[in-house]
This record gives sequence, structure tokens and C-alpha cells, in this order.
Amino acid sequence: MQLAHYIGLLHRAEDALASALREIAEAHADEHDIAHICRMLAGQCEGHVERLAPFAERYREEADEEPERLHSELFRGRRQGGLGLLRDLHDLYLMAAECDVAWTMIGQAAQGARDTELFAVVTACEGETATQLKWLRTRMRAAAPQALVVAE
Amino acid sequence: MNDRIADPWGPRTPYGPSAPGADDAVWPERVDTLLEEGVAEDDVEAWTRAASILHSNGDAMDIAARGGRIVGVRGRADDRVNRGRLGPKDLYGWQANRSADRLTAPLIRKGGELVETDWDTAMERIVAHSKELLSQPGGWGRFGFYTSGQLFSEEYYTLGVIGKAGIGTPHMDGNTRLCTATAAATLKASFGTDGQPGSYTDVDHCDAIALWGHNVAETQTVLWARMLDRRRGPNPPRMLVVDPRRTPAAKEADLHLAVRNGTNQALMNALLHLVIADGRYDERYVREHTIGFERLRTTVADHPPERAAEICGVPESQIREAAELLGTSRRLLSTVLQGFYQSNQATAAGCQVNNLHLIRGMIGRPGAGVLQMNGQPTAQNTRETGADGDLPGLRNWENPDHIRELAELWNVDPMTIPHWAAPTHAMQIFRYAEQGSVKLLWISATNPAVSLPDLPRIRRILAKAGLMVVVQDLYLTETARFADVVLPAATWGEKLGTFTNADRTLHLCDKAVEPPGQARSDLDIFLDYARRMDLRNASGGPLITWHDPESAFEAWKECSRGRPCDQTGITYARLRSEGGIQWPCTDPSEPGAERLYSDGRFNTDPEYCETYGHDLTTGAVDSAEDYRAKEPHGRAFLHAEPYRPGPELTGPQYPLLLTTGRTVYHFHTRTKTGRTPQLREAAPDAWLEISAEDAEELGVIEGDPVWVESERGSVLVRARVSGIRKGVVFMPFHYGYWDHGTAGPDGGRPRAANELTVTSWDPVSKQPHFKVAAVRVTKATQTHGGDIFESDFGTARGGSPVLAGPAAGGTTDVEED
Ligand code: SF4
Repeated sequence: MQLAHYIGLLHRAEDALASALREIAEAHADEHDIAHICRMLAGQCEGHVERLAPFAERYREEADEEPERLHSELFRGRRQGGLGLLRDLHDLYLMAAECDVAWTMIGQAAQGARDTELFAVVTACEGETATQLKWLRTRMRAAAPQALVVAE
Repeated sequence: MNDRIADPWGPRTPYGPSAPGADDAVWPERVDTLLEEGVAEDDVEAWTRAASILHSNGDAMDIAARGGRIVGVRGRADDRVNRGRLGPKDLYGWQANRSADRLTAPLIRKGGELVETDWDTAMERIVAHSKELLSQPGGWGRFGFYTSGQLFSEEYYTLGVIGKAGIGTPHMDGNTRLCTATAAATLKASFGTDGQPGSYTDVDHCDAIALWGHNVAETQTVLWARMLDRRRGPNPPRMLVVDPRRTPAAKEADLHLAVRNGTNQALMNALLHLVIADGRYDERYVREHTIGFERLRTTVADHPPERAAEICGVPESQIREAAELLGTSRRLLSTVLQGFYQSNQATAAGCQVNNLHLIRGMIGRPGAGVLQMNGQPTAQNTRETGADGDLPGLRNWENPDHIRELAELWNVDPMTIPHWAAPTHAMQIFRYAEQGSVKLLWISATNPAVSLPDLPRIRRILAKAGLMVVVQDLYLTETARFADVVLPAATWGEKLGTFTNADRTLHLCDKAVEPPGQARSDLDIFLDYARRMDLRNASGGPLITWHDPESAFEAWKECSRGRPCDQTGITYARLRSEGGIQWPCTDPSEPGAERLYSDGRFNTDPEYCETYGHDLTTGAVDSAEDYRAKEPHGRAFLHAEPYRPGPELTGPQYPLLLTTGRTVYHFHTRTKTGRTPQLREAAPDAWLEISAEDAEELGVIEGDPVWVESERGSVLVRARVSGIRKGVVFMPFHYGYWDHGTAGPDGGRPRAANELTVTSWDPVSKQPHFKVAAVRVTKATQTHGGDIFESDFGTARGGSPVLAGPAAGGTTDVEED
């Protein structure tokens, strides 16, 4: 069974997203809404990591070697200014999208594996991830015209 | 007349229904008059119709004029709002109009100094800069307009069209963002569009009144007089107050929940928990007229009263008592203001009040009303006409049909109207100015250098090189001192226009006297700007096709047609002959709608609604598809949200929680009330309210000078030991520096509460958190403050007339502009 790999993938993706959110909150501390909400969302991601941990454990025994190139890396450090902020949010969006898709896969797998506990965790968490995406989109849409057209 | 400084509410005229549930109560008249010394009623040459501009109640009055000057005011007995009464600010405040320091000529900055000039020079400086900014790509994004809650509909609408259809900028907001943005946000979120469901006459018919973070006794004294008169008459309503301070309203209440500030949502969830658990909701109404009950039920299930008791710092028994009061009333009137709006989880907590009314079916009938209050007299107008972060006519920026309607009405390309995202909110406009992409900031009738959070930062922004600041005001305010161009404006009594109060009542305000010197009405200034900018529509004609207040009102009425705030049945003539008329009013022979949603049908149809909704935690915008999928079919939305701690928490460094607000003697940033002898004398200086226990721990006694410090800054004020709850301190937030001749402390004694407050806002309404800053208090000593310790303190008088007296937990809440 390959499920462990995807749980591992999601586990690491949520963990990476949490750190990226915290880093961006730091880096853009003058964007007060972004700093505040990013910290709150980082807390959510950390919660996801915690809830996934027992399943990572449970399925690891049944797993083969992890295939190469399953993991991608998106966030490579913060940027500055209005354009930098937009690009940072854009990265966060892609990272959250990775989590979002992984939740869907794992939700499907949890049903296939008849693992109701895992399925319950997926149901509880994937909504938060969806809202994270929606918020990032909202914030980027508002920021883009000023950052791309107006600011020098 | 009695001394209305000592007794802000005046004598009682008790009344009430003849039997519980009867609808026959009529609030008796009581006409309040104040004329200048030596002037008798017979000496008055002209009485001119007006309404209050110093709070949102909408008190109707007449202005007395003699020899070309205002000599007094008199309440209008025939008006539905006040039945002749006036508050202390209305009675005394008009004197500020003729203050010796009114601006009478435009000023421009030359060699670092503001010097007098003429209108042509001042306007041409603004226009030349505007044209230059507009000529580059993205020029629209270099303009920011920051207005007020004190202009007239005609003025807001004109400015809204200039900004949104002429320049095409989304960067327009008003100080109503600091004041009533959450009221609008909760009304839209729950009911589909802005607009109060209730009416002030609900006070006449209700059997319970709940004041949610609303210190009505000080913010709307006449509405409070109505409530007090009910309380003294037959079949009086019970009263619940939620406020960390022991306000006059809290003292009157049967039950006062002195919650720790920032915890309203925890309290509301527990109250809804109990109301639902005890089956005290209207199952049929919920089923037929609402969406979201299951989610609400499961969310509040996690918030039992014992949990809220701990979070809020109030006894569980009081929460149960409150739920009992709310759950057993048959006609509940709720009013909500800054204690909710300027606090943590503002929109979520405000929506919970709407939820309470929805699940109990307490909406749209006499006595069962919700008033998501406004603080400023014309706050509703900015929202209706679109000079703030809304589109005119309560239109939805995400609905292409609504944008098309506006484009047709204005005869412009729909692409011109900025609708790619929600209009930019005030804090973001200032952020763009800070970053340098906004290069012209036009500020009308408001004073952000005192009223915005974290003043040291705001002063840095206003002083920034490369930012042209235009200030349009009556006086050289703290903000005007930063301006590159200052435009002298006419005010209430010197110009003509209409405005809407919190219960949707329109009043006309006529011109009683000429403005001083070269001062001009805000409408004339905006019209002049549009003309000089040569703003054109798609056919090449002038964009602005009106030229005076009445033609502007007619244009605005067209824009309101078919929308919830439809005013097409209202005319100047009607307002002059009938007095206050509530919107919607589409028929010239009909009186206007007293209450909304009487049929249980809400404005939530996707084609009609003003918003497709938000996630209340993050402010993430829902899409049109998300919204349609809910199939609202005219049902209201029940929103649910768990409690989350606020943005700034106390700790060892800053152990006290600061709440700020206004009191009965001042308004706005004291621009007018500070220039009114009686009001200034009544509250000449800022102060800090502190509980007896905290004071004792700090070795502070009544009247001691204290330093109050936060991460942002510090103030030096006198302490007043009051009935506030332990752990919480309060400061009135409208004390600035103009009367010291400066724009900020400048090495003098800092005293503006917003030196301390945090830059942070509600994710949905974007209203700043003025009520939750962490601070420390220390007794001031000679060495601590150096020279400024000796500088002029006012006396420690002032503020709430009934502050004294102990309380278990104090409270508060107030407002700001
Ligand atoms: S004092 Fe408060 S409620 Fe009043 S106008 Fe100012 S912000 Fe609004």
C-alpha cells in the first residue's frame, strides 16, 4: 500500500506551509492583516500536522520505499515590497493548493482503506485548507492591481 | 431649562403600553430649546429646519438665526425620532460654528509653511497634481479619498461618482470605517443588504432591551431618554447591558455583564447555546426564513456557559440569567455599537446578535428590532451613496449586472468602475500612502491624526515626502497641519443637504446662515474639482450633470431606484413639510417603511444582495457560485464562529487591557465639541479610568498623573478610580493637540489614546480594534516625565457624569470617529 507516501507528503507539505506562513508573517509585519492571519493559519497547519502524525505512523509499516520526486519545494525564502508580498502570497497559495489536493487524495484513499478515523480527520481539516486558499486568493486579488500597475 | 451638562438626558416623560403587548404607547413630546443669552424666542428672525450632526440619532431641530448668525436651537416636537428633545451636544454644539479660529480662506504650503491663498490657486495646485498623476499608467491608483461620517448625501454621492466613475479609483473610504463598518458588515452578512431592520419606535413596544457594547446613554442621549421614559412608565421593558465599564446604561440595567474586552463572541456563543438548548427559539421561523441553523447549533454546542464565564470573566449565573431574559422576552430590542464593533471578532459577534433575533423570530414587528447602530450622523449615507468602501445604492461589486447599472446611469465604460476587488478600506489606503503608491490623499471633514490607531505611525505617513495631503475642514485640525493644501469648508447650518440616521430616517438640513469668509460647502468644492478636472462621460459630456444640492439629490435618487434604499418617493419639499421619512420610500404619497423584513423575506437573492459573503475568520470572499449554491431564496443567513482570542493579549510587560471610547461631552476628535464652552468645560482633558484594586496595587489615587504605555507609544493623563472591571483601563480617545497649537505631542504631554492603540482590524468589516490594546500603567513622578510633567493638565473632571461608584466589573464601550 502506497498511502503512507501521500500521508508523508501531506505531512511535510503542511509542515512546510506552517513555517512559510510564520516566515511571511515576520517578513511582512507591516501588513498587519496578513501578519495576523498568517499566524492564525500557521496554527491551523500545525494542528493538521499533529492530527496526521498517528496515521503516518500507522501506515508506514505497510509502505514500500518512497518513490523519488514525490516532494516538490516551492517556498525559497521571503521577498520584499508590494510585488514581493504578492509573490510570497502566490507561493503560499501553491503550497496550500498542494495540501488541498493531497487532502482529496488521502480522503479517497481513506475511504478505499475503510479507515473512518482518517476520513474524519480529512473531513475536519480539508475545509480549513480550502478557506486558506480562498483567503489567499482574496488577498492577492485585492493587492495585484496596486502592486502590478500602480507601484513603481 | 435645566443644566444639561449635569443632566444630559433632561426630565422624564414616562410612557408605555396600556397592557403588556399592547401597541398603543406614544412617546410624549418634550421640546428642548437653547437660545443665546439675551435672545428670546420673539427675537429670532428665522427658524431653519435641521437635524443633529453630532451623533447618529438624527434628532430633528430648528436652527434659530438672528442678524445673520446662529443664536440657538429648538427640538422639533413633530418628528418621529426625538419628539422635540435634544442632547447636550445638540443644545450647545452650534456655538463651534462661529469659533474665532474657523478657516476662512484656502491655505497652501510654501517654503514649509501654510499660507493663505485664493480658491483658484489652491484648486489649481490640486488639479495640476491630479492630472499629472492620472496621466501615467495606473494613475487611478495614486489617489486616495478619505472622508467622513458628517457630510450630506449629495456631497458623498458627488464625490463617489468623481472617484469611482471619473478617476476610477477603489481607494475611497470614510472614517465610518472606524465607526460603523461592522454594522454594515453584519447587516449584509445576515440579511443580504445594508439597512436596519428595526425602528426607534421599537423602544415604545418592546418588553426587553439588550445593549450590546452600546453606551447609549452617552452616545445617543435622546434614544436613551426614550428608553428611560419606558423604564419609568407602565409595563417597562427589562434591560441587559454588556460592557466592561460601569456606564450609565449599565447602572440602569437589570443585568450588567461586565465582560473582559475582546471576548464578546465567547459570550454570544454561550447565550445562543443556552437559548437553543432550552428550546427557546422559533422552530418554524428558523425553518422557513433562515439558512445555517445546524452549523450554528453545533458551533455553539462547544461553548457552554461555564466556558464563557471563564473566558469573559463574569459569573456563569449571570450568563444564565441573561439567556433567560433574552429567551423569555416576547419583543426584544437589541442595539449594538462600538463595544462589539471595535473589538475582537467584531463581525462574528455582531452577527450573533442578528442570529439571536432570527432564531427567535424577533424581527420586522413592533418591539422586535435590531439596531446595528451608527456612531456618526451621516454614516449611513456614505454606505448608501458609495463614498466609503461600498458601491452606491447598496450594490454588489462582484455582481456584473450591478456594475453595468452604474455604468449606464453614469454613462461610462464599466471598466472604469473599479470592481476587481472590494473597495480599499481606510487602513489599506494609509498603507499604500506609507509605501508610496498613493500620492494624493484627500481628507474631508475628518481628523485621522487623532482618530486612527497608532498615531506615531499615522503622523509619519501624513508627513511623508512625495505625498500630497489635501485637507478640507472647518479648522486647522491636527491633520490639517500636515496638509499641502487646506480647503475651508462650510458646515451644518451653512449649507443644504440631506442625511439618514441609524433607523433609516432621512432629514433635510437647510441653510440658516452664510459660511464665514471664503468657506464653501463640500458639495461646491467637489463640483469645482470635477469641473476643473474636466471629467467626462462616454459621450464626451460632463460626468457630473448636477450643480446644486437639490439636483444632486435628484441624481442620487435615480441611483437608489430599485435598490433597498430606494428614495425616489422623497423630495426636498416633502422633507420640509413632513420632517423625517424612512427609506425605502418609492411613492410620493406614502410615508416610508417603518421596519424591514416584516414578511420574513430577506434581500438575499443572488441578483439583489449586496455581498456574496465572507469567511468570518479570515475575511476570504465567497464566490458568486458558492453563494448561488446555498440557494438562499430570500432566507437570512445564520453565521457561526468559534471564539478566538484577540490580536493583542496582555502579558508581564503590558498587563492591562485598554479600552477606549467617547463620552457624552465630546464628539469626533473634539473639533467642534472642544470649541463649545460648556462641553469643553465639562471634560477639558483626557483621563484614565482604572479599577480601585488595580489603582491600589499601583499606589495610584484619584487625580494622580499616570503614564500609560503600550508597544506603540505612551500618554500622560490623570487617573480616575472608577467602576471599571479589574484588569481593564479606559481612556476617552478624542483628545488631541490642536488646542496646544500642534499636530502631535511634539515633546509636550502626549494625551491621545490612539498613541497606544494597535494597528489591527476585523477581517470582514476592516474596522480597527480600538478596544483591545495591552498597556502598562505607572504613577508619574518628577523624574519620569521631565519637563512635560509640569505642563498644563486640565482638571480631572469630565467624562461620564455617573462614573463614580464601585462595581464588580466595569465596562464599556464607546466610539470614535
Ligand atoms: S464617536 Fe464613535 S461612533 Fe461616534 S462617530 Fe466617532 S467612531 Fe463613530
